[in-house]
Amino acid sequence: MVDVMSFVSYLLNGISLGSVYAIIALGYTMVYGIAKMLNFAHGDVIMVGGYIVFVFVSTLGLPPLLGIFVAMILCTVLGVTIERVAYRPLRMASSPLAVLITAIGVSYLLQNLALLIFGANTKSFTSVVAIPPLKLADGQLTISGETMVTILVGIIVMVCLTLFVNKTKAGQAMLAVSEDKGAAQLMGINVNGTIALTFAIGSALAAVAGVLLCSAYPSLTPYTGAMPGIKAFVAAVFGGIGSIPGAMIGGILLGVIEIFGKAYISSQMADAIVFGVLIVVLLVKPTGILGRNIQEKV
Amino acid sequence: MKKLLVMALAVTMTASMLTGCGNSASQPAADNASSGDEAAADAAGDEAAGDDAAAEAPAADGAVIKIGGIGPVTGGAAVYGQAVKNAAELAAKEINEAGGINGALIEFQFQDDEHDAEKAVNAYNTLKDWGMQILMGTVTSNPCTAVVEKSQADNLFQLTPSGSAIKSIQYDNAFRVCFSDPNQGAASAQYIGEHSLATKVAVIYDSSDVYSSGIYEKFAAGAKEQGIEIVSAEAFTADSNTDFSVQLQKAKDAGAELVFLPIYYTEASLILKQADTMGFDPLFFGCDGLDGILAVENFDTALAEEVMLLTPFAADAEDEKTQSFVSAYEAAYGGTPNQFAADAYDAMYIIKAAGEKAGITADMSASDICEAMKTAMTEITVDGLTGEGMTWTADGEPSKAPKAVKIVDGAYKAM
Repeated sequence: MVDVMSFVSYLLNGISLGSVYAIIALGYTMVYGIAKMLNFAHGDVIMVGGYIVFVFVSTLGLPPLLGIFVAMILCTVLGVTIERVAYRPLRMASSPLAVLITAIGVSYLLQNLALLIFGANTKSFTSVVAIPPLKLADGQLTISGETMVTILVGIIVMVCLTLFVNKTKAGQAMLAVSEDKGAAQLMGINVNGTIALTFAIGSALAAVAGVLLCSAYPSLTPYTGAMPGIKAFVAAVFGGIGSIPGAMIGGILLGVIEIFGKAYISSQMADAIVFGVLIVVLLVKPTGILGRNIQEKV
Repeated sequence: MKKLLVMALAVTMTASMLTGCGNSASQPAADNASSGDEAAADAAGDEAAGDDAAAEAPAADGAVIKIGGIGPVTGGAAVYGQAVKNAAELAAKEINEAGGINGALIEFQFQDDEHDAEKAVNAYNTLKDWGMQILMGTVTSNPCTAVVEKSQADNLFQLTPSGSAIKSIQYDNAFRVCFSDPNQGAASAQYIGEHSLATKVAVIYDSSDVYSSGIYEKFAAGAKEQGIEIVSAEAFTADSNTDFSVQLQKAKDAGAELVFLPIYYTEASLILKQADTMGFDPLFFGCDGLDGILAVENFDTALAEEVMLLTPFAADAEDEKTQSFVSAYEAAYGGTPNQFAADAYDAMYIIKAAGEKAGITADMSASDICEAMKTAMTEITVDGLTGEGMTWTADGEPSKAPKAVKIVDGAYKAM
């Protein structure tokens, strides 16, 4: 019985961890799908979002929802600024590596700025989720409020994004840009504007992800976003980069595999197992679980 | 015009990046100039230091002993490096005001290593170029183990306040103020056994860290001697240090009464929170790495209530030495000093004691100083903040009685 309970508990923990990865992965996948670039600074925008909410809610005492709203706006401004200053001038660079390296540079810039402003000391984040944990089976199983909210927010974001991309004019423009930038421009689509919009949405999502990440794992440092950012990137690739439902599925699977790997194989090997599974999946299905097979036409 | 704006923004960004990086490197030097008045003035006197600084310098002959310090003042372990830097500067200032070591003033320079072995070696080289004669550092174990290779090759006397891995002082030129990791692990097991805190113990440790796994190994051996059963021993690594639900679940399922945490406080604060969420409430016992958990901003200290940790220093201890150190530290830097500060403060006075015993002078080479200090260290007895009657053996290990504190009402209480 204990074994069954533990199993269910591990599963729930895995979904909880995975839902955080999923919501970060949504931002990655969206930017990749449209701008065809890996925004390595995404994880650090999450960290910035966490700090903004920390400052407004924990220090200045604003209501959490207002704090999240402010964080979304500020992160949007930050994301668009980064895109305008650091990425757009390099979009036409001869090597696509240039913008990748810049993204890594921006990532370090944000970390160092946070270090400068907030210092290296760990800050403990007060959860913005006020829902009490759900106790099942005489308290042997606990689902935290954060888990429920994260999964719910993840699903809402996923549905909204899918609707936005498929049903609105701006969304259609994004699809067009992702298919063929040059052709989209010829059809009168403002490519730069569309990509900026993508970054705005991605960064607003990063703020939400930052709040959820810090609520679930309440320790905030300038490096908070780095590792979850990389894991979420893996999740995005796992689910099929560019695919919005893929990011969700990839994230949750990654979290569950990580927790099960820790629980039943070895707690030290968790990451090796996660990345091992990734390699196997990519060998079998190179575009990821929900990735589209793009056929090169000659 | 648009292009100009973009260029300007790019330049601003680059500039802020440069200040971001540059600041950490230039800070020690700047601090040195502002806080170590006399000492810094001596060095800067011949250059353009400013009239008032030159006028203040008391020792006309300008004899200074250059002591270097290395530790993380930025990055994840910055709390330790900052504490060591502050306390060492405080001690150096006091020693200088009391006349220095054998009449020579201490000039102290501290370099950042970000708790990174490679950067620590770079910092060491920077200090060597500056003319360092004695090294007080490094603060954390991994970088210390890297730096001791260099200091041994140079035959430079090294005293680490808090580098506790065995290999951190593996050569005869290196000594330490704190206990080694094995001693902490063994002492923790002894403490738990003698005070009958628990018979079933779970351990959560960081297998990617020498410090953590070092303590764990000796704890396991010590637990066996004490008749303590280790019911679960689960590891995590630096790359998966946010989710501890599995480790806690296993400890809970195994019926652990006490969870031993030979880890740093950042992870420990998450473990305490997650244990609370899942309704698991054992005793928690940690080592010096947990020191600092109460300083985590906005941390709900109620979670840390009743947590015990092995530490040589409690700021609330009522002896006069501790009280005067704490008030001097608070006045100079704000905030209560932790045990790393105490270790560093002791380290400077140990260097002074050994230096006076060995009769070192400012004009001696680093290698000559090292030879003299090595012998002197085994002969001195120092009463410091971290222990009365500290003595050293030739292998560099200190001998003093261990102490533990318990967190009660959000503060350390000496036990």
